[in-house]
Amino acid sequence: MLFNFATVGIFLILAYLFVFAALVTSRLVAPHNPYREKLTTYECGESPIGSSWIRFNNRFYIIALAFLLFDVEVVFILPCAVVFRQHAGSLTGWFIFGEILFFVLILIVGLAYMWVKKDLDWVKTTRESDGEVSETVSVEGEAIEPKTRALLETTPEKECAP
Amino acid sequence: MANPEEIAKALETEFKDAVLDSNVKNSKFPHVVVEVSRLNDICKFLLNDDHMAFDFLSAIAGVDKGDEFEVVYIIHSYLRNHSFAIKTRVPRSGPRVPSVCDLWAAANWHERETYDLMGIIFEGHPDLRRILLPQDWEGHPLRKDYKYPKSYDGIELRRDDDNWPDPGDKELYE
Amino acid sequence: MKKPDIELKEILPGRFPDNVAFAKADDFINWNRKNSLWWMLFALACCGIELMQAGGPRADLDRFGAVFRATPRQSDLMIVAGTLTLKMARRLRMLYEQMAEPRWVIAMGSCANCGGLFQLSYSVVRGVDKVVPVDVYVPGCPPRPEALTEGIRELQRKIEKSKVLRKA
Repeated sequence: MLFNFATVGIFLILAYLFVFAALVTSRLVAPHNPYREKLTTYECGESPIGSSWIRFNNRFYIIALAFLLFDVEVVFILPCAVVFRQHAGSLTGWFIFGEILFFVLILIVGLAYMWVKKDLDWVKTTRESDGEVSETVSVEGEAIEPKTRALLETTPEKECAP
Repeated sequence: MANPEEIAKALETEFKDAVLDSNVKNSKFPHVVVEVSRLNDICKFLLNDDHMAFDFLSAIAGVDKGDEFEVVYIIHSYLRNHSFAIKTRVPRSGPRVPSVCDLWAAANWHERETYDLMGIIFEGHPDLRRILLPQDWEGHPLRKDYKYPKSYDGIELRRDDDNWPDPGDKELYE
Repeated sequence: MKKPDIELKEILPGRFPDNVAFAKADDFINWNRKNSLWWMLFALACCGIELMQAGGPRADLDRFGAVFRATPRQSDLMIVAGTLTLKMARRLRMLYEQMAEPRWVIAMGSCANCGGLFQLSYSVVRGVDKVVPVDVYVPGCPPRPEALTEGIRELQRKIEKSKVLRKA
């Protein structure tokens, strides 16, 4: 059994060496010539306008958070399934099954809550008090801030030293 | 579907003094020449009238005629399936034409192109700036008296061979 | 081109004398570089269609290890296919500057070589070499995909002869 660990260890070392050798060779042989124009941000040939740090929508965060939770759940279920194999059919087997089912059910309650409260919807609608429905959809176009939009319209075509 | 003579006659009856000239009989390009000051009214009539119903602007073109510029509007009716052309003339020293952007949305870019290449200013255009050439280009290239620039942005226009004639030389084309 | 602001920090290239060992090392490095020329899609006009066909199945550029990249950051080769106008010249220069060395340029078609059919126009740059340094000129209007393949082969022959570790 210890021998298996040695196999994994050698594999890991070789992987590190491979990547390391590639990077070292590149550093030794490759040309390294950074200058101002080369280091400018790529914007299809134009001079970049404004900052690239835009505010993006928080629904990505919500979905990522939900994914993370369920991913961790899967990580817990997997070793449990491996151990369950040895005890399948016996009383401890049923106990293990009950445990893991309880665990999954707790998380499903959370999922049901998210679903009902419309946190999983990509396009969220709000209801006004007089019954009209208005959509509060944040589309990617809003990510261009007004200042940047104004800059886009008035910037002359200049700004890069030949 | 009306033929060009009927359209010209309808225009002449509506706008008696604005129609200066017309060339509709046996013509490959039936058109009517109108006064610049009444252009907006005439275009509104052509758009909104039931028998005319010119709902599509195919093109706007500028022509340099020496001492005046001519602006040609080629319009088409999908409803009635007929085409027509309207021409206006403006003096070279102050070429100002009212814009038809609020009538036909296609006019926006066509007028920008005409401004860019001929220098005709369209009054009332929401965003009149150059569309084909760079924003800091000087001059309007499709005028007859346009002189080619020697260089732009640090790039010389000529190649280094001396025996290549400077483009824009009149001798090339005579 | 502007003088670089930062000093050259190349460690091995250009340091060694011209002898057998380093010639072989250079051969190896050049073999690597010439067989994986990733080219940047820079199709400006009609030559771009022939460029697409050169990348297509019949005259395949991929068999030379040359795949297309849309960004200059990941490409070694820029194939300028088509007419360069004065408005575009600034962007061409910017994209050339943003490519990492070693970099090469192929001017494809007569418009990129010398202005081509549109030499007499007021807004056409008469040859891409007024803006970027060109390594291989591929004539034609447009050049057939096979002609562009020959252009890539010619560039490969040029790369084979270049000195990397040896002093230039």
